[in-house]
Amino acid sequence: MSARESLIDACGAEHVRDATSADAIGGVKATYVVSPVDTDAVSAVMAAAAEHGLAVVVRGAATKIDWGNPPTRVDLVVDLSAMNAILEHADGDLIARVQPGVGLATFQKALAPARQRLAVDEVVPGSTVGGIIATGLSGPSRFLYGGVRDLLIGITIVRADGVVAHAGGRVVKNVAGYDLCKLYTGSYGTLGIVTEAIFRLHPIPEASAYVSIALPDEATAGAKVAEVLDSQVVATAVEIDRSEPVGPVTLCILIEGFGPGVSARASRLVALLGPDAHVSEQRPQWWGTLPAGAASLRITAQPSGVPAVLQSVARASVDCGLTAAIRGSAGTGVLYTSVSRGATAAVARFVDAVRETCTAEGGSAVVVKAPAAVKSVVNVWGRIPAISLMRRVKTSFDPENRLSPGRFVGGI
Amino acid sequence: MDSQVIDRLRDQLGSEAVITDRQERRTYECDGLSQFRSIPAVVVLADSAASVSRAVKVCAEMQVPFVARGSGTGLSGGALPNADGVLIVMSRMRTVHDVDLSNQRATVDPGVINLEVTRQAAPGGYYYAPDPSSQQICSIGGNVAENSGGAHCLKYGFTTNHVTGLRIITPDGEAVDLGGGKSLDAPGYDLMGVFVGSEGTLGITTEVTVRLLRAPEAVVTMLCGFESTDAAGAAVSSIIAAGIVPAAIEMMDSLAIEAAEAAVGCGYPAGAGAVLIVEIDGPAEEVEHLSPVIEGLCRDRGAFEVRVALSGEERALIWRGRKSAFAAVGRISPDYIVQDGVIPRTALPEVLRAIEELSRDSGIRVANVFHAGDGNLHPLVLFDDSIEGAGVRAEEVSGAILELCVRLGGSITGEHGVGSDKTKYMSTMFTDEDLDTMQLVRDAFDPNNLSNPGKVFPTPRLCGERPGRRQGVHPLQETGIAEIF
Repeated sequence: MSARESLIDACGAEHVRDATSADAIGGVKATYVVSPVDTDAVSAVMAAAAEHGLAVVVRGAATKIDWGNPPTRVDLVVDLSAMNAILEHADGDLIARVQPGVGLATFQKALAPARQRLAVDEVVPGSTVGGIIATGLSGPSRFLYGGVRDLLIGITIVRADGVVAHAGGRVVKNVAGYDLCKLYTGSYGTLGIVTEAIFRLHPIPEASAYVSIALPDEATAGAKVAEVLDSQVVATAVEIDRSEPVGPVTLCILIEGFGPGVSARASRLVALLGPDAHVSEQRPQWWGTLPAGAASLRITAQPSGVPAVLQSVARASVDCGLTAAIRGSAGTGVLYTSVSRGATAAVARFVDAVRETCTAEGGSAVVVKAPAAVKSVVNVWGRIPAISLMRRVKTSFDPENRLSPGRFVGGI
Repeated sequence: MDSQVIDRLRDQLGSEAVITDRQERRTYECDGLSQFRSIPAVVVLADSAASVSRAVKVCAEMQVPFVARGSGTGLSGGALPNADGVLIVMSRMRTVHDVDLSNQRATVDPGVINLEVTRQAAPGGYYYAPDPSSQQICSIGGNVAENSGGAHCLKYGFTTNHVTGLRIITPDGEAVDLGGGKSLDAPGYDLMGVFVGSEGTLGITTEVTVRLLRAPEAVVTMLCGFESTDAAGAAVSSIIAAGIVPAAIEMMDSLAIEAAEAAVGCGYPAGAGAVLIVEIDGPAEEVEHLSPVIEGLCRDRGAFEVRVALSGEERALIWRGRKSAFAAVGRISPDYIVQDGVIPRTALPEVLRAIEELSRDSGIRVANVFHAGDGNLHPLVLFDDSIEGAGVRAEEVSGAILELCVRLGGSITGEHGVGSDKTKYMSTMFTDEDLDTMQLVRDAFDPNNLSNPGKVFPTPRLCGERPGRRQGVHPLQETGIAEIF
């Protein structure tokens, strides 16, 4: 049987097609696209892929499909957008079970009537649940509620050999067996295909307030952030935004809770930040989004290192002749910076300079999105301390290296 | 044990760090779950990451199994030694390296006691959130291995949500940093996330970086008396449905209350069929607003008495009955089994009825104490081991409760871990494929199966392990050093 026939056998002729140029992943042309409808079909597809030695890349809404390195090979795109059912919402237990193709926004809309939500921000519009798991992408609320890794409590996965396995469960408190939910979060489709996810939910707060202030420079911003973190206001998020490399820094803090508490805490914040601070029920337009630009980096640092990172981004962008914007969580030390289009060498120099500062501040810099020319010359993921152990995990799960080959750290 | 192994260990670590005397080794024959006992072939006292690495390298070289042990307070036999192996004792590694309030992090040795982290952070107004009830004595390294919880994990999460960096020694003796240290989202696989809660099967922790939280501005603890567990359970549902996430919601049934009264005279509402302890914390304005709301919800659901503790002393009084519950059942029963099953919280009434039926049919009494907010049950299965067959019947009831938890979509363990104790129940919760997939992780870290073998995953009974008489009260509890949740 040919590969095509095996795939048709696995998930039905109507769910198999030849790839077009629009299906290329990171510029690498694919051969087939399949759109399985359930876990069994994914399992059959993976068994067929194993039989024919096909390299597989998983795709949801493709909003972050070009993040990381381009894969070295793509024979088969497994498109999960047909697996978009919300399978269960147990509101009394504050959990929900979903298929990976569900859009995050759709998911939130479905949870809202019960006044519940998944406490993950839609950082990239149109993201699916599977996509946020694969990239481990989290936004402002990470500060209080934790990231995807902290909210994902159960998964069903299909391995490279087609075997279906589960880990975790539908209860939040559970220490039985290894926590594979965390292993799969942020693994960029290199260890298997997540076909079902169970999340812990949170109540939608009765009230919320955004308290913002524009601050002249990074040192002032750092000092104010430190004061907020050390205060008793219990922020949901502590975000900063700087759209010009050496311009003012906007600090915005989200407070959530019950009505009277929120207004009192917002007033306390204003007292702390100064008379220029203002309170709004509306989020700023930039809130929880990636800064626009031709290339974007996820940069992390210990929280006290955020001013140094701001400074470094500003200095590097001037030195390299680029315009850079920076935005993200000063509370957690997870931020994004994007630079304008520029010469490849200039962008590469920018990456190196910013990475050096992030590393010195105990963090890292990862090039998530960039033109192919840039990705081909920079180290996209940076230095990975535990890389040999990670390679062993990869080899154990996918010995033939057929899942998103080359996309992840250290060439995994 | 091959004398060569002992010679190599002495050569690598110095004679004073290697214990071979049988009486001394016997001190380590069990952890907090005393019915599993096994004397390790040799004990190594580690005092640095380098010495752990050297000991593990000897084990790897000679293909000898090893088990790491912290304070030995675990309740699932996770630190049960291997009779043919090396026990690596971590409790000498007790340095707090760094309390960094500007980053809200502490970096500590694995032998540091849980509560010590909070003690060090407290002057600056911070604390370490995970609070297993053995926190006066359990070690951070053990907490990492077990992914320890506590009464307040309903709101604040477990150890895994509070660890940001680990330094480990892999089963081949290499030092590796996992996680981001003081930063988050280190690129690559989240091996730190898998390592936390792996019960010592993936290597040994030698340094831990944890988040510190700002100590809450206000705390209110409420004690509510209900006529039945059904009514108390309905109150819990009302609180959750109102969008409130308390720091803790604990429940005790009448038998557990009776035991606590007998032991510590906690003065819980007379005639209560169940009590709820609800604790809320946070900014003063929020707590002030929520306190009467919760009281109202409880009264609506039939609470006939509500006590609100505002001071630390009043709060301690309320918690005393709850915290003494496990030890207290020793007063009303010579022997007992503590279970740790989890159910979806809404299944509580159904589960309690089923437990009652099991108890009636078997003649085995069951006292119920649980973290009601997250559905983590701690049924105490009471029996007298001197009566023939009672132990077996109690074991059966205990197993049936766990199977019930799994059938309702829950877990066999919420915080105590699988260890040696629950390996036989893993297959009720996971398929062979699930377990095989977890084994892929094991293969990557520990292909020769030397790091704490025989734990977590179903295997035949450990070599040299002998089943002992279950003891009603653990020695640590008896001496008042630790309470068991």
